[in-house]
Amino acid sequence: MKRFKIIILSFYLFLISIVPSLGAGSNGDLLKVDWSFKGLTGKFNRSSLQRGFQVYKEVCSSCHSMQYLSYRNLGEPGGPEFSEQEVKAIAASIEIDDGPDSQGEMFTRPGRPADKFKSPYPNVNASIAANGGAYPPDMSVLVKARPGGSNYIYSVLMGYEDPPAGINLDDGVYYNKYMIGNKIKMASPLSEDIVEYTDGTQASVDQMAKDVTTFLTWAAEPELEERHRTGVKVMIYLILLTTLVYLSMKKIWSRVDTEV
Amino acid sequence: MSDHEYTPKSKVGKWFNDRLPLLTLGAHLADYPTPKNLNYWWTFGGILTFCLLTQIITGIVLAMHYVAHADLAFASVEHIMRDVNFGWLIRYIHSNGASMFFLAVYIHIFRSLFYGSYKSPREVIWIIGLMIYVLMMAAAFMGYVLPWGQMSFWGATVITNLFTAIPLVGESITTWLWGAYSVDNPTLNRFFSLHYLIPFLILGLVVLHIWALHIPGNNNPVGIDIKKPSKDTVPFHPYITIKDAFALLMFMIIFAGFVFFSPNVLGHSDNYIPANPLVTPAHIVPEWYLLPFYAILRSVPDKLGGVILMFGAIFILFVLPWLDTSKVRSAVFRPIYRQFYWIFVLDVLMLGYMGAMPAEGIYLVLARVGTIYYFLHFIVVLPVVGLFEKTDPIPMSISEPVLTGGADLSLARKDNEKI
Repeated sequence: MKRFKIIILSFYLFLISIVPSLGAGSNGDLLKVDWSFKGLTGKFNRSSLQRGFQVYKEVCSSCHSMQYLSYRNLGEPGGPEFSEQEVKAIAASIEIDDGPDSQGEMFTRPGRPADKFKSPYPNVNASIAANGGAYPPDMSVLVKARPGGSNYIYSVLMGYEDPPAGINLDDGVYYNKYMIGNKIKMASPLSEDIVEYTDGTQASVDQMAKDVTTFLTWAAEPELEERHRTGVKVMIYLILLTTLVYLSMKKIWSRVDTEV
Repeated sequence: MSDHEYTPKSKVGKWFNDRLPLLTLGAHLADYPTPKNLNYWWTFGGILTFCLLTQIITGIVLAMHYVAHADLAFASVEHIMRDVNFGWLIRYIHSNGASMFFLAVYIHIFRSLFYGSYKSPREVIWIIGLMIYVLMMAAAFMGYVLPWGQMSFWGATVITNLFTAIPLVGESITTWLWGAYSVDNPTLNRFFSLHYLIPFLILGLVVLHIWALHIPGNNNPVGIDIKKPSKDTVPFHPYITIKDAFALLMFMIIFAGFVFFSPNVLGHSDNYIPANPLVTPAHIVPEWYLLPFYAILRSVPDKLGGVILMFGAIFILFVLPWLDTSKVRSAVFRPIYRQFYWIFVLDVLMLGYMGAMPAEGIYLVLARVGTIYYFLHFIVVLPVVGLFEKTDPIPMSISEPVLTGGADLSLARKDNEKI
């Protein structure tokens, strides 16, 4: 029985140690970043999220939609946490198509925090036509939709280089070290100082790639911080309750000549 | 079974109980004499009940927000994840709950295989259990289709296409199942309807499963019948209830670990890409709990043959009580079977691994070897070993190996070593 308990206990310790890393994905070649949001108590870096949103807005959003997010999400806890005024201003800077009004006419109006992120193209076909036959995927859950998650997105952003000798690329196709198949129809989106960060951070390619990946991770998992926080509480509660129930069980079974 | 008739103390209780003896039933469940030597592998029945209820409760809440339409399903899942209060928690419990349900059911089934719980007089319990397992697989498969991601769509396409292998009527049956000429909105709609129905069928079968269990009573690690209820058994409550509660809490710690810290690790990342009938994923793989059967399916070069073997791998379990010729239940006293048991466990694990790999090269060879061995285990090993095996001496009663020292105690230890 002693041995049985030791086996079970070591199994639990093993599980607790590997479960958080399981989600990291198995692609061993990817660049690895020590993200602040990994681990049992991981949180997003607030200013990195805000900078990442700026990169998304000024660079990515010209081709990539993010249709499941609303502007109000930008001010919610656990996200970039822009102030209410900032969220209103961000939304108001967007022209939203609305209607029909009481006359049956469609019209445009400034965005409101409750609006969903406006997509750059009216439909998927339009986005394919405008991008040389490749569909720029919606970014709402992109991090969860790729093996390797955040590390994959970061690696692709950092993985542009000249093709090795012997590989000929068609016009509008680029070589990327980490892209599956190594060919990508998106030109390297980031270049030194393409964004002028409002908080004065130096906009190096690496910095922007990290910031926008953080932002995309939040976009895919806006509940991440709450999930981690709740999870730690649930674990503490379960472990305490398990201990109490274990002691009760020992007491009850002490009346019988059998060990549990 | 306790023979004394239960009489409620209060007048109201007596009045009600005379008309519907629910209180008698409750008393029967609480007093139910349970072998006192059950180990922790016997706690998975309770854990499975918890899993089923968790899936039903979270599923009912999810159905309040989910939209079963090809154009809206994916978006409605994202709506649940983002806008519904604690929607992320409910959905992650439901999706990881399916995996935890299967983890528990596999442990429950393999416990049965080790301790011979399927043998006389418990064949009907075993068969009802298998019916539950088959329904679970159907429910899980259809549930995986509902988010309408890439794996949902292509998984549904692969599995429903299996029916085209049926000669003559295969095509018509498949079209009938789809409600269209390919997996489409009508397919999603009916899968949702059936996904909501099946758990309640399972619940009904669980009642029958427990009813059938309460006729002969539990099997136990030494696999012998109860000789003296006063010495060999304990009442279900409080002894087994508290032990089940402890085991359930241990299980919930693992469950919560997945839900809160790695909620997507058991799923496939492609299922966060909306379904696209024009783009086939590089590898179409089912959820982990169906992989051994997927490996068997793909190991046969002929489509119809693969389908027959895959379903055969499940349905051969239904005749297991009659394939195993040994009268001794517990593998603790069966030195030869015990070794084949572990080989079989490894074989199923290997098949699971091969199911996740592409069906080519060494993977395909190993999947074929594994498939052949899977069937050999049932058709050759079990009948033959039962006939020729010299079993170890079996204790006189359940309390004997626990109470007395010497040789019998060593048997009890052996039992612990195995678990």
